[in-house]
Amino acid sequence: MCLAVPGQIISIDDSDPDLKMARVKFGDAIRDVCIQWVEDLKPGDYIMAHVGTALSKVDEEDAVFTLESLRAMGEIDSDI
Amino acid sequence: MKYIDEYRDKLLVENLVREIRRETAREWTLMEICGGQTHSILKYGLHDLLPEQISLIHGPGCPVCVTSVEIIDRAAELGGNPKVILCSFGDMMRVPGTHSDLLSVRAKGGDIRIVYSPLDVLGIAEQNPEKEVVFLAVGFETTAPAVALAIHQASKRKLDNFSVLNSLVQVPPAVEALMRSDQNRIAGFLAAGHVCTVMGYQQYTKLSEKYKIPIVVTGFEPVDILFGILGAIRMLEHNGYGVENAYGRSVRPEGNLAARELLQKIFVNEDRKWRGIGTIPDSGFLLAPGYERFDAEIRFQLNLIESEDSELCMAGEILTGHKKPSECRAFGIDCSPEHPLGAPMVSSEGVCSAYYRYTRVTAVHQK
Amino acid sequence: MAGSRNMNLACPIPKSDYETVLMAHGGGGKMTQQLIERMFLPVLGNEWLEQGHDGARIPQISGELAMTTDSFVVDPIFFPGGNIGELAVNGTINDLICCGAEPLYISLALILEEGFLLDDLWKIVRSIDNAARKAGVKVITGDTKVVERGKGDKIYINTSGIGKVLPGMSISPENCQPGDVVIINGSIGDHGIAIMSERAGISYESPIQSDTASLSRMMLDVFHHHSNLHVLRDPTRGGVASALNEICQASGMDIRLYEDQLEVTESVRGACELMGFDPLYVANEGKILVILPENLAGQVLDIMRSHETGRLSRVIGHVTGEHRGLLHMETTIGSTRIIDMISGEQLPRIC
Repeated sequence: MCLAVPGQIISIDDSDPDLKMARVKFGDAIRDVCIQWVEDLKPGDYIMAHVGTALSKVDEEDAVFTLESLRAMGEIDSDI
Repeated sequence: MKYIDEYRDKLLVENLVREIRRETAREWTLMEICGGQTHSILKYGLHDLLPEQISLIHGPGCPVCVTSVEIIDRAAELGGNPKVILCSFGDMMRVPGTHSDLLSVRAKGGDIRIVYSPLDVLGIAEQNPEKEVVFLAVGFETTAPAVALAIHQASKRKLDNFSVLNSLVQVPPAVEALMRSDQNRIAGFLAAGHVCTVMGYQQYTKLSEKYKIPIVVTGFEPVDILFGILGAIRMLEHNGYGVENAYGRSVRPEGNLAARELLQKIFVNEDRKWRGIGTIPDSGFLLAPGYERFDAEIRFQLNLIESEDSELCMAGEILTGHKKPSECRAFGIDCSPEHPLGAPMVSSEGVCSAYYRYTRVTAVHQK
Repeated sequence: MAGSRNMNLACPIPKSDYETVLMAHGGGGKMTQQLIERMFLPVLGNEWLEQGHDGARIPQISGELAMTTDSFVVDPIFFPGGNIGELAVNGTINDLICCGAEPLYISLALILEEGFLLDDLWKIVRSIDNAARKAGVKVITGDTKVVERGKGDKIYINTSGIGKVLPGMSISPENCQPGDVVIINGSIGDHGIAIMSERAGISYESPIQSDTASLSRMMLDVFHHHSNLHVLRDPTRGGVASALNEICQASGMDIRLYEDQLEVTESVRGACELMGFDPLYVANEGKILVILPENLAGQVLDIMRSHETGRLSRVIGHVTGEHRGLLHMETTIGSTRIIDMISGEQLPRIC
């Protein structure tokens, strides 16, 4: 429920239409993850993996935007 | 590691803490529902960084903790059966049942195996056709789709020695039950980000409107949690409410439709007993008609053992956020990680164990 | 290297004779003799073992002696980076080092399960020899027993070691002083993760290795220059967290770790994130914690870094002025948390 880890897709095996799998990299650790429920994935994409299944594709744009606003939070702050 | 390290960044934490302090004028009590969030808050000492006006209550978001004693006892019985291979996530191995826990049953010779994924259990079933292979399914809606997938595959591969001992639960009914409770001090919720990754957060709109409380979908790293808290505080200070998504990199409003579809195919809702809380209607998953043969409770003649919670254990009050572990007279004395009286002390996500492990030194901060 | 003593690397007991260990191999009779003569002596053979006595007589050693013992039951017995054989030798050598002693002699007791492959035993014996040579110790006495199938787990090994304590060395947790620094010779968590990865279905971009190694050469170099080291401990089962907790409890002092100083490889990190493990509690087999006065730290680090087993040596914490016996850590976000003693081993979690 809690422990979902972001990983990067290395390769995809869609030979079984009911059980699409991908080799996913977490740091330098690699594990097979079922990507059955996430569409339009390609090597290089990041997914959130929980108990061997991909729950979502990481929205990289959202991440960049959020992180940039959080960094800027310190700069806009006029209370010194 | 990408998408983890950035959210453990010191500078961003400082920015968020400063902003939260600036925005907070009144006293607020927030509840975070997910055990993983509790774990992170305590591991990183986040509660010590927050202004005193903000209290964080830890809700029943630990599926391990809320698994009923009956299920543990049944799992222990199955594990001790020489014809059975019981498979379980590591989290469940030390949770005390009425008489025993799975680790002890394994020590006495039970074939109990720790798995990382429900899909691994299929392989074990295929390699051991002469044994019955049972998977102890514990988790929220985050884990339920993986269990559903395993059942779906078992059906497709015509496995006749595979079944599931089902203790899967659902979060929103528990949230509603908490809101209906009379001791309602909760001003806002941090919703569990990975549950919402599957289920989306549209279902929280009604809840937010009904009780006029902010609900913020929140992630698990320190930056995520502080960001979620900031969102809730901003709404509260402006007397607002509504549902916000502070975990946009993982969560979409509709969640994961394919996973939800599979859930609807394999499971139906049922009432579920939550350890220490009681029965919450429609808060559990039951195998749908057509899949009964994969339900271990139907498949096995499980003795109805008298299941009892320890009298000293106040898990219910702690899991609903009414009491803190430090207010329990057994905490640290009769009850510790080595001798747990109840699940919240055993599970790594449990409120009591997290408190025990992390809060014996006050954090030292320079501002 | 062992190769020079035994050019023929194939198992010396041909499969046509026996493929596996039999009960008779532990019986003390002809079969036991055969095992010793054809498998053990050609590899491990030295003046003590070749005498074939029940025990070994050791020439006089002047000064204080250190003795240690350890049993090895690791599963799997072959893992990335090594096997149970070298683990057994390195483990005992490192324990002697942690007494401030120069490792000299080792005893080797094997408990074999009936049915264990002789090929595997051969590989393990050669690893034992390799490890002993590398560290400059001699295996001077041994014993072999065989238990019935099902009553053991392929092979268990016990090694005991004797070493000579270097003059001036007095290692004890009670030596801890406020201001002392804590040094470790490299990354944490490698061994434990190497062991459990296959079980968890995890592989790696660049193959992961157990860090099993003898720390003898590196530490003897340190000992010869500095005898004023306060505490030495190898963080094996239970990891750095358990080892330091034991020291805190024994000394009554507090130790403060700095999370941003801990070195964790990307492979170990990835595996730990996946399993929900904390690298601080994961076993290491080629690491040592050195607690010493701050003014010696720079020189000791230089010596350690000049050795292969110490290239990534660094300061990871210090002994504080508080006397609560607590281990705590400054996190990467600047807060502080207690690092508690773990109860039992870490189990993979989903929650």
